[in-house]
Amino acid sequence: MPRITRAAAISLAAATLLTVTACSGGFSSESPTPITSESANKNPVTVLIGSSGDAETTSVKTAVAAWSAKSGIPAEVKVASDLTQQATQGFAGGKPDDLLYVSTDQFAGWAKNGSLEAYGDQLPNKSDFYPGLVSAFSYDGKFYCAPKDFSTLALVINTDMWSDAGLTDADVPTTWDQLEAVAKKLTKGKRVGLAFSPEIARVGVFMAQAGGGLLSADGKAQANAQPNVDALTYVQKLLKEGVAAFSSDLGAGWGGEAFGKKQAAMVIEGNWITGAMTSTYPSVKYTVAELPAGTQKGTLQFTNCWGIAADADNKAGALSLVEFLTTTEQQLTFAKDFGVMPSVKSAAEQYKTDNPTMVPFINGAEYAQNLPSMPGAADVLKDFNSQLTGLKYKDPKTILDSTQTNLQAIAG
Amino acid sequence: MATTPGLERTETSAPTPRSHHARLNRQQAGAGWLFVLPMVVVLGIFLFLPVVMAAWVSVADWTGRGAPWGSNVSFVGGTNYAQVLGGQGLAGRDFGTSIRNNLYYVILVVPLQTALSLTLAFLVNKRALKGKGFYRTAFYFPSVTSSVAITVLWLFLFSASGAINAFLGLFAITGPNWFQDPRGIIHLILGGGDGPAALQQPVLFGISTWEWLAGPSVAMCAFILMAIFTTSGTFMLLFLAALQAIGEETEEAAMVDGANAWQRFRYVPLPMLRPTVFTVLTLGTIGTWQVFDQIYTGTRGGPAKTTLTPAYLSYDAAFVSQDWGRGAAIAFVLFGIIVIFTIIQRLVLGTGGIDRTTRRELRSARLIAQASIQAKGGGDVQA
Repeated sequence: MPRITRAAAISLAAATLLTVTACSGGFSSESPTPITSESANKNPVTVLIGSSGDAETTSVKTAVAAWSAKSGIPAEVKVASDLTQQATQGFAGGKPDDLLYVSTDQFAGWAKNGSLEAYGDQLPNKSDFYPGLVSAFSYDGKFYCAPKDFSTLALVINTDMWSDAGLTDADVPTTWDQLEAVAKKLTKGKRVGLAFSPEIARVGVFMAQAGGGLLSADGKAQANAQPNVDALTYVQKLLKEGVAAFSSDLGAGWGGEAFGKKQAAMVIEGNWITGAMTSTYPSVKYTVAELPAGTQKGTLQFTNCWGIAADADNKAGALSLVEFLTTTEQQLTFAKDFGVMPSVKSAAEQYKTDNPTMVPFINGAEYAQNLPSMPGAADVLKDFNSQLTGLKYKDPKTILDSTQTNLQAIAG
Repeated sequence: MATTPGLERTETSAPTPRSHHARLNRQQAGAGWLFVLPMVVVLGIFLFLPVVMAAWVSVADWTGRGAPWGSNVSFVGGTNYAQVLGGQGLAGRDFGTSIRNNLYYVILVVPLQTALSLTLAFLVNKRALKGKGFYRTAFYFPSVTSSVAITVLWLFLFSASGAINAFLGLFAITGPNWFQDPRGIIHLILGGGDGPAALQQPVLFGISTWEWLAGPSVAMCAFILMAIFTTSGTFMLLFLAALQAIGEETEEAAMVDGANAWQRFRYVPLPMLRPTVFTVLTLGTIGTWQVFDQIYTGTRGGPAKTTLTPAYLSYDAAFVSQDWGRGAAIAFVLFGIIVIFTIIQRLVLGTGGIDRTTRRELRSARLIAQASIQAKGGGDVQA
């Protein structure tokens, strides 16, 4: 009897295993060949997006529907609640969506494991994209996917507080000393002059301005280089003087919240803040300026790309859709609909004319740095952020030294 | 023939009936398997198989594309486990940090929730209590609310300008910025700072003694309070059921014997509740080591990784960092930790929750019984 039980259980398990294996099927080995017109078919193209809100969803759906009508290929836009997880499940299951938003955090991992198609060089307008964005989506020397749009950081100033403190347009800071001076003047009671969240994605601007950055020009780890130490020392000084504060220490989720709640007179934020100001804090009047320079001008840029899955059903269709979505006209429509900045240089002039307040953001494209994005970089940045929380009391060099160790392990 | 086991054995020694029995057994077993088949298949596909798959992923270099048993996935031995347990690099230190955080969480939550639920059970079990039904419902209510909803509620209550800090403000106490405060409470008691240089060297999983001694961070304390608040209702119910099974007679008997209130608690129902205490402690330990949803919705491991737990780290390593082998390895290490903790509890509380003295008494009673049976009927069977 016990023998029967065991034998039965084992055979059953084996049977189940076989069934499931058979169901899941194998997956074809990837081919480095470009997407050709021979692979063109009329399979529907599915698009997975992580939307910032109704405005973005509607705009993307309208654009995709327009392409669908033109090309005759059915297409469907799906809005993910957790884009990374849904995309990951698609890749693992061998049935991914054809086209999806890919963040710089995820890009290298998915490029490395072969989930993404490297189609960048096939784009007719490939030289029109900002070079910084192209390098953000290049892995192993191959340009993988078209930058969808991008954002940079700038200094957002509350104009009422500014004039109350007796400051004029001429006082907009262009150096670190001036920034410190105006922050001091704008600090009043519980309100601080300057706020930003405790993360590399904000504090990193000071490193860029000091002539540093986590990676050197040739991609080597240089976290504890002197310019970076200077940058953190400067930030620490502002924090200790009480003229600057981390948004989290003010009880705000991000800089925009601290700014909207009038807890800070200036914040370092990206162009997405304008949307939040209009919808959530319409009464707060503000202006945007380029960030002050240290030894040089510096800011950070953030971007997403239109990734085509290597296992997509209709790669040719997806490629044609990407071409449509990244045209100058379509990008200007997206910019108008939900406040992003076009990723192509040819749209810049029109964009500046349409959005005069956003000029400082798009000007940043000329000198913006990318954050490290090789596989494993997200963990290193997360660890760095966790240490930045305590910057006020910690030695900047110690923080940067440990980040250097972590970064060297992945960047060399 | 229904007789004692010994007699049955002598009877079935005849060849024919035994094979008949065996055939019957086999037929019944076959029918039994047929009946449980649907459940076995469902469990096999949704429970057993994923566990086997995860075990394979934890020793393989699967990158998250295609099936994990594809031809391009190879066996890498203990590499992933070494990465997690070795304490080297970011992966090792993150794991060490998560174990530190979760250990403090378990050490504080399990005893407190057990004590609180036991107290609540005694209170709502009192015959004299008016509106018992109301209190039982009220105490149980947090347990049936979704943990995500409670986490969101907690984020509001414990925000810098939230209700908790407003309440503390009434006593002129400036409350901390709970969910943003990474300082460990033991460090706070010791006065903060970087600690003595002697404690700075990594000792276990890449974490220094000073960091091990940090205690739960202020943010983690908010989670600890939440866990106690939400789970004590469930465990109160378990204790209440056990208390009602004991009945009132024993307490009355103790009263007649002149036991005071403390003795009537400590020496009468408490020893009888031992199996339930074991159950509650085991369930509590397992639940607290697996804490995930609060972290996922609340802090995602922050501030400064002080609410990072192995369960969340496993998710993060796999789904966010695309490091599937490491994620699966963490899950299995966590499984090992839970098993070890449960075994320790079993040893400390005694097997099956029965008191050691009771067991000794039982054993001697059994020996006496056997001896008397042999003395009386042993000869008959042999003859």
